Amino acid sequence: MAHVLTSPPVSHDAGLAHLRTMIRIRVLEEGIERHFLAGDIPGFAHLSIGQEAVASGVCSQLRTDDYIASTHRGHGHALAKGTSMRSMMAELFGRESGMCRGKGGSMHIADFSVGMLGANGVVAGGFGLVAGAALSAVQRKTDQVAVCFFGDGATNRGPFHENLNLAAVWNLPAIFVLENNQYASTTSTAETMKIKDVAIRADGYGIPATIVDGFDAFAVADALREAVARARGGGGPTFVECKTYRVRGHYIGDPERYRTKDEVAEVMRVDDPIVRTQLLLGDALSPAAFEQIWQAARDEFADAVAFAQASPPALPDDAFFGAYAGDREAGNPHHTSAERERDALLERP
Amino acid sequence: MRTMTFSEATLEAMQEEMRRDPTVFLMGEDIAKQGGIFGQFKGLPQEFGFDRVRDTPISEAALVGAGVGAALTGCRPVVDMHFADFITCSMDEVVNQAAKLRYMFGEQCVVPMTLRAPDGISKSAGSQHSQSLEAWFVHTPGLEVVIPADAEDAKGLLKAAIRSDNPTLYFEHKMLFPQKGSIPDDADFVIPIGKAKTMREGADVAIITYGITVGRALEAAAQLETDGIDATVINLRSVWPLDYDAIADAVARTHRVVIAHEAVRVGGVGGEIAAFIAEACFDDLDGPVVRLGASHNPVPFTPTLQEAVYPKAPAIANAARRLVRREI
Repeated sequence: MAHVLTSPPVSHDAGLAHLRTMIRIRVLEEGIERHFLAGDIPGFAHLSIGQEAVASGVCSQLRTDDYIASTHRGHGHALAKGTSMRSMMAELFGRESGMCRGKGGSMHIADFSVGMLGANGVVAGGFGLVAGAALSAVQRKTDQVAVCFFGDGATNRGPFHENLNLAAVWNLPAIFVLENNQYASTTSTAETMKIKDVAIRADGYGIPATIVDGFDAFAVADALREAVARARGGGGPTFVECKTYRVRGHYIGDPERYRTKDEVAEVMRVDDPIVRTQLLLGDALSPAAFEQIWQAARDEFADAVAFAQASPPALPDDAFFGAYAGDREAGNPHHTSAERERDALLERP
Repeated sequence: MRTMTFSEATLEAMQEEMRRDPTVFLMGEDIAKQGGIFGQFKGLPQEFGFDRVRDTPISEAALVGAGVGAALTGCRPVVDMHFADFITCSMDEVVNQAAKLRYMFGEQCVVPMTLRAPDGISKSAGSQHSQSLEAWFVHTPGLEVVIPADAEDAKGLLKAAIRSDNPTLYFEHKMLFPQKGSIPDDADFVIPIGKAKTMREGADVAIITYGITVGRALEAAAQLETDGIDATVINLRSVWPLDYDAIADAVARTHRVVIAHEAVRVGGVGGEIAAFIAEACFDDLDGPVVRLGASHNPVPFTPTLQEAVYPKAPAIANAARRLVRREI
């Protein structure tokens, strides 16, 4: 049965690390919002403002060679796992220097160099990837763990149930981190499921579950420490439900007809995870030191935007290559096929 | 050369690839303790252990999803779909994940996963266990689709699929499993993906086909021979990537083409081949391109109905004969 963790004692260094990560995510996402609205970023973008404590708390307990799979709301997860703002912003700006060569965008950011197996445009798309990455760790006899981030909406899809069952019955080193942000797209969780705590679903698969305050990075980190130890030690999967809130709309530009501005303001007044961490650190964190963290994040973001803007855009010719391993090698049948497609559509000199 | 069944050929391919590469593993329903519904996995867990040959829950979405995840992270999973029809229960994992990730993530990863999918019309298996669904996956960029016609193909294409760094669908016709054929002795025998094989050469007409219909086309060619008509039979082996050069070559040499497959004719792979011939080989043609495939209805259960809905040797021979005699 799920149990609720209370906030553990606070370590100053851990608090500073969480603050840095959460502030970097906040600055990144507020910046993405500005540039999106200014027309610099094509496509869709989904923000995780208010949920930063989950990304920070979870990733603070992972090694670089551990895996995460993210959702459509993945900027924070990627940054917390160790990817660079530069490669992410170049991707969002559609540049060839982006982490996905400009072929993924916000919804498909991925960084395999830090074990980030991708944001995913399909709700519940990450469960299989994480079950598989955990299975792969078992097959290759490593002690890596794999973490799946997902929202409350994903728990109403089949792959959630199939993969939790598979991870449980095979005792896989997988950790399922639910960011219960109260909304599935534009519909409140209360309208889409009859239970209040999604964590009770884990019980049905024999997976131990914990419910934590998702605005508290320490509480999230504590739950993950236990889950990671269990997974690395061969104890199988864990389910962690982080109670949090989606402060921005489902996507940038969401008219948000389904809730009031007061509801959102009240959450940020009481539960802004950055403010809460600052308060927990108390006088040990001077206002100047706090401001310094913000300034460092702003500088990093400005540098990332400058890098993106200075990078050349992805070129049309590149659109036809990359779907298949081998398709950039002359003589490979996929290369021949890609060239045929290109030559049918692009005017060649 | 040795003689063995199609089923034994796939088993030998699995054994050789699992010995060769410790990251190859196998999962599916009823495969480890039962040995697979066609005996195609018999003895594998005894040699490789139940960690590398896994019986699974009936959870196709999880199996394919986990296959993708394992493939992304250093393994070469082979996922057995039990019946090809059940791929439909994992379409997101095949179409939106396996096929897209390499491209969408800017070539940071490969997805070396093989899906084994026993397909086709067998003995009254009914509408939900008889389909040939390859066209859907040819239509989805990012996947490879191979379809063996005999024991030699079964072994060489399965080994190629496992070694491929791309997600590969391996459609194996259920009625082929007990059929015997000759296999080269070389343990490194692999059939290159994307290369067709000319099964016989004849100047009058080319029958372009794949999978179980290759055997039916060869039977048709033997019937045609008694009528004095010499047919070429092309076994495509891969339907994506398609060996367009082999197709163009066959058209240039025969000027008349019959395309045949057991999959539904409408919207089938034959349409792509016919369109290619119309675009690239127009001047070589001496008659219309003829397509044969299953009729546009679910496969019925009763033998008298089932046997009526897909092209067998007489239908292929008849089409070729009429084409050569300019009756169509």
